[in-house]
Amino acid sequence: MLLDALHLARSQFAMTAIFHILWPILTVSLSAFLLVVEILWVRTSEVVWYRHARFWSKLLILNFAVGVVSGIPMEFQFGTNWGPFSEFTGQFFGNILGFEGAMAFMLEAGFVGIMILGWTRVPKGVHLFATAMVALGSSISVFWIMVANSWMQTPAGVALVDGKLAVTDYVKAIFNPDMAWGVSHMWFAALETGLMVIAGISAYYLLRRRNPEFFVRSFKLALLLLVFITPVQIWLGDSSGVDVFATQPAKGAAIEGHWETNAPGTGASWSLLAWPDKANQRNDWSLEIPGLLSVLGTHSLHGQVKGLADIPVADQPPALPLLYYAFRAMAGIGFLFMVLAFWTAYSLRKARGQLEALLAQRKLLLAWVLAIPLPYIAVECGWIVREVGRQPWVVYGLLRTENAASAIAPMAITGSMAMFAVFYVVLISSFFYFARRWLKKGPDLTLLPPAEPTRQSVAHTAAEH
Amino acid sequence: MNSVTAESLLSHTWFGLIGLMLVLYVITDGFDLGVGILSLFRSKESDRDLMIQSIGHVWDANETWLVVLGGALFGAFPAAYAMLLSDLYVPVMVLIASLIMRGAAIEFRHAATTTRPIWDRVFGIGSLLTAVCQGVILGKVITGLLPGSLQTGFVALTAVGVVSGYALIGATWLVKKTTGRLETAARRYSMITVVTTVAAAIAISIGTLTLSPIGAGRWEQAGVFHVLVALAIVAALAFCYVLYSAYMGGENGPFNATMVLFVTSFAGLAVSLFPYIVPGQLSIASAASNSTTLIFMLIGMGTVMPIMIGYNLYQYHLFRGKVVAAHH
Ligand code: HDD
Ligand code: HEM
Ligand code: HEM
Repeated sequence: MLLDALHLARSQFAMTAIFHILWPILTVSLSAFLLVVEILWVRTSEVVWYRHARFWSKLLILNFAVGVVSGIPMEFQFGTNWGPFSEFTGQFFGNILGFEGAMAFMLEAGFVGIMILGWTRVPKGVHLFATAMVALGSSISVFWIMVANSWMQTPAGVALVDGKLAVTDYVKAIFNPDMAWGVSHMWFAALETGLMVIAGISAYYLLRRRNPEFFVRSFKLALLLLVFITPVQIWLGDSSGVDVFATQPAKGAAIEGHWETNAPGTGASWSLLAWPDKANQRNDWSLEIPGLLSVLGTHSLHGQVKGLADIPVADQPPALPLLYYAFRAMAGIGFLFMVLAFWTAYSLRKARGQLEALLAQRKLLLAWVLAIPLPYIAVECGWIVREVGRQPWVVYGLLRTENAASAIAPMAITGSMAMFAVFYVVLISSFFYFARRWLKKGPDLTLLPPAEPTRQSVAHTAAEH
Repeated sequence: MNSVTAESLLSHTWFGLIGLMLVLYVITDGFDLGVGILSLFRSKESDRDLMIQSIGHVWDANETWLVVLGGALFGAFPAAYAMLLSDLYVPVMVLIASLIMRGAAIEFRHAATTTRPIWDRVFGIGSLLTAVCQGVILGKVITGLLPGSLQTGFVALTAVGVVSGYALIGATWLVKKTTGRLETAARRYSMITVVTTVAAAIAISIGTLTLSPIGAGRWEQAGVFHVLVALAIVAALAFCYVLYSAYMGGENGPFNATMVLFVTSFAGLAVSLFPYIVPGQLSIASAASNSTTLIFMLIGMGTVMPIMIGYNLYQYHLFRGKVVAAHH
């Protein structure tokens, strides 16, 4: 009975989290991008930046709506489905979620109204401040949620008191070993996602030659930022990997399909492709490159990499092929983005930034359009690596997932899951329906910035949607 | 001070802070939920446009008080967070579903053209269901999460009470924010719902007395009884003032008096159930985190409370005044 509740709770958590993460990653980056655009407008007074701000903020608000409503099941699910987990970890974990609500969510929610509806009501400077607070709030949210999650990966700063975890050292708990990598890799993933989306949508308009002078601006701006961000993200991913091998050897071995610990003085070999087989405790087949895994996983020639064969089966993660290929998909996409960004930047440079030359590169532009879904896939894959790879633990080394679930009637969980599934389908299809309309309509190139607000305009609540 | 009293001081401070967040939530999201409920009674799209415009800039922040409250409860009273949410699985899940409905609908309606009436109905129904679920949760908590037919009846009563209360505060908000036909209707709604709300509140008080041994026990303590009588007098005055002001054309009076009504009802409830979080099941002391966490949380969240309230007030100030129809 309880086993069913456990599996259902896991599936429900997986489903709701996989859905939720789709939205915040765009909110984080789009609000940061809007801040940049608005700063450009305030500094240069070029009206085109104002129009960019108005155009992209429509996408932001659609996306934000789904992000907020899909976050609510997350917040309360720890209590509904993971009661024992919540009681056990609440003194740290719950505390951090509370911080997230008070420092991040409220900040976002408190200023998003001004950002979207306040153009005519507040002076430029106040509007810029509101945009900055929305961007800041969403990034603070990444920070705290990743503090909570990284602590589940590498718990520190707590001790068992009366069967529960009490905090002994907040600095250690917050700055746990995985925190810096977790926060930064996630934050860059969010930035990369938004910039790929902005560049992709701009490329779509360029391909169709709709308002090319307008969209070349956002395309170039996103491209410029991506040239710097894509290599950093690969470095952060690589460092996360090294951190995983050090702190969660079972996860590290699982994502690389690595079974036999290398003998001292030799390097572990890395499989380019393989099919890990948990039942038989080996790879069914694999293409190996000798010695490379030690280099990748420990950054040294003969660094020891523990193999799954040396880890009790009960402590090995499930779904090995999923982990193995999810990891490869993410890393592959990471490299692809860098190649795409560098290549495009190079060909733009060669053409001295001329618009016509860019418009002639139709295949390249098409590649940007087609790349829009890829950051989302990379993010989901990264999360599967992280969360499935942590199994069978929910708090690594301290609490097993099987001991963490509430005893809820399986029928009730099935019901709530079915309900969420229906809602998600409606939400995502409505989102695409309205986003498509937004895309078809395109930017309003007649918009003029409002005059600085007067008393009269403040007294009226004219809708601005 | 010895450590036992320091600990209990801290946990009681947190109980008070969470109570404050709950009051802020119930008043602020209360009025936008109420506007949603009342929108079900308006068949003209232009009326609903104005109603939703009056809450468009604040509903999200209002709802966020619930998220902040959830996080605070999770950190300060993990056992209560786990028990309440697990034991109330079904109403909580339906509550989440209704919050999703209204949150998505209110944003999508702006983007919609032909489908706008559908989103409006989704928004209205989502608001109504949200209120019903919160009423059910309230009733279940007061009755100590116990089953029974009397209890079920009581839960139905609290559900009606919460719906009616939210409709009241929503109606008085509309009195403040609208003009003309809509304002007249809002005044009428205010007068009807203030009567039903107070009737429900009286019935709930009697129910608490008979159904909850904790509640009954508290009422017999002289100090508590006097406090409750004082609260009842204030509530009665507020009730009369809502009626008077709504009838006499007061702009802000009905809303302000309704806030007083809400605060007194809430205080009455908290006083009758103290020191329990779930009567008979979970007390403040047994659910609280230890002092290290409570202090750290107090530093982290207590200090941002005034800031949060501050920028929320700024937002209300910025969008003050009556709403007028959008002209494109
Ligand atoms: C645009 C998205 C994106 C891209 C291009 C990459 N990643 Fe990633 N990765 C994520 C998005 C992501 C993520 C979704 O954000 C995760 C999940 C949780 C986290 O902190 O980051 C993640 C997790 C994650 C983990 C698991 C950490 C853990 O379990 O503790 C590893 C080892 C890597 N990544 C490694 C890489 C490497 C080597 C990459 C490129 C060469 C790479 N990632 C590119
Ligand atoms: C938003 C991106 C996230 C995704 C896509 C994601 C994905 C998943 C998946 C697939 C599982 C099921 C693993 C299994 O049972 O095999 C899971 C479980 C879980 N995750 Fe995440 N997760 C995300 C973020 C988070 C964050 C930020 C936290 C904590 C703050 C978290 C906490 C948990 C918990 C408590 C469980 C349940 C216990 C368990 O199965 O380990 N998740 N998640
Ligand atoms: C890495 C994983 C996550 C990230 C980066 C993230 C980030 C965000 C961000 C930026 C928002 C603002 C709305 C939006 O952007 O669309 C948001 C909304 C929300 N998230 Fe997540 N989140 C993650 C996972 C989770 C988890 C595990 C929870 C559960 C506690 C959660 C709870 C919420 C809630 C309750 C909201 C709504 C906030 C509101 O009312 O304004 N999120 N999230």
